[in-house]
Amino acid sequence: MTVNGEVRSADVEPRTLLVHHLRDVLGLTGTNVGCDTSSCGACTIHIDGESVKSCTMLAVQARGANITTIEGMATNGELHPMQAAFMECHGLQCGYCTPGMVMAATSLLKENPNPSETEVRIGLEGNLCRCTGYHNIVKSVLTAAGGAA
Amino acid sequence: MIPAAFDYVEAVSAEAAIAALGQHGDEAKLMAGGHSLLPLMKFRLATPSVVIDIGRLSDLSYINDGGDHVAIGALTRHAAVETSDLLKSQAPILAHVAGEVGDPAVRHRGTLGGSLAHGDPASDLPAAILALNATMVVKGPSGQREIAATDFFTGFLQTALAADEMLTEIRVPKVPDAGWSYQKFNRRAQDWAIVGVAAVSNGSTNVALVNMGQTPLRAAAVEAALGGGASAADAAAAAAEGLTPPEDLNADATYRAHLAKVLVGRALSEAGAG
Repeated sequence: MTVNGEVRSADVEPRTLLVHHLRDVLGLTGTNVGCDTSSCGACTIHIDGESVKSCTMLAVQARGANITTIEGMATNGELHPMQAAFMECHGLQCGYCTPGMVMAATSLLKENPNPSETEVRIGLEGNLCRCTGYHNIVKSVLTAAGGAA
Repeated sequence: MIPAAFDYVEAVSAEAAIAALGQHGDEAKLMAGGHSLLPLMKFRLATPSVVIDIGRLSDLSYINDGGDHVAIGALTRHAAVETSDLLKSQAPILAHVAGEVGDPAVRHRGTLGGSLAHGDPASDLPAAILALNATMVVKGPSGQREIAATDFFTGFLQTALAADEMLTEIRVPKVPDAGWSYQKFNRRAQDWAIVGVAAVSNGSTNVALVNMGQTPLRAAAVEAALGGGASAADAAAAAAEGLTPPEDLNADATYRAHLAKVLVGRALSEAGAG
């Protein structure tokens, strides 16, 4: 598989979940495990640019896939516009859901570059913030959308 | 949570998957997007000794115009069903209901065929498929056969698929002018429906219920009442007749029966039935 632009290969046990492969084998611990039941979205990554919950995918299912994790979002030391918007709008409190939020939000903007506030809230329904900091998260996504337009 | 150990087989074709099913029998499970099966495996509610991965069979991911119907490959992901212009115009309830499944990340991976073959009475898509009178195309070692949606769901997480058969295509009748409604009642974003109702009104009216029994099912009493000339309100009052709704932390059977009546009433009204 390609992870953040690098070809990575490994032998894995079939039952290894992709999130554990990313964290424990490749050392990419930015992707978090929250609920472990595909509800909370803390483990959201991109496969071919689309948001996917990596706790609900086997590593073997990702053979040959093009994967991006939160570590692959910044380029040349510069934050991705979504990351910058989260920083500017204080779109986080404890930060645990943040990597998943950023990955889900960038996938959302790829499919809908100019969402309404309601569309952002619905588009992030699979990502839970237990600090309940949704307001600034939504503001961050809308800011990133405006900045990209 | 880690699934129990299993042997992994990657199928290169539907035929190879069917052959592998024949070889391993009841011990094997097909995995498409894995969004129904893998959670069960993580809870160890399902412990197949062989998982046959059909997720890469891209030739079974399509939405085609079949003349009087729309032919959808079983491996078509929910996101593709949700955004299909052909389905939006010819069977809009299906595109809408696909967009009600889980959340966007789930819809990027989960497949229509996987959801139907899972046969969960709490799932959204089986209700839409029932209300549309769709046809399931399944393949086995001795060839292909068709199963009406109304004959497909046979028990709790059980379907009419034999152990060595695979769902390959779903044929949805074109109903561009039909009235329709999908009512999904839940308490939290991305949750399963506590009760759901799919209605398609095209001359006669088909009504299907989510989470009102052991299987996805048609509201036979409602349909019979409408067929007998009852008003929508009277027909809706029969929504739970003859049914044994499940009980869980969300709702007991009495509450589900109440919800079914209210939601069927709303669905019939929105679909312009009765």
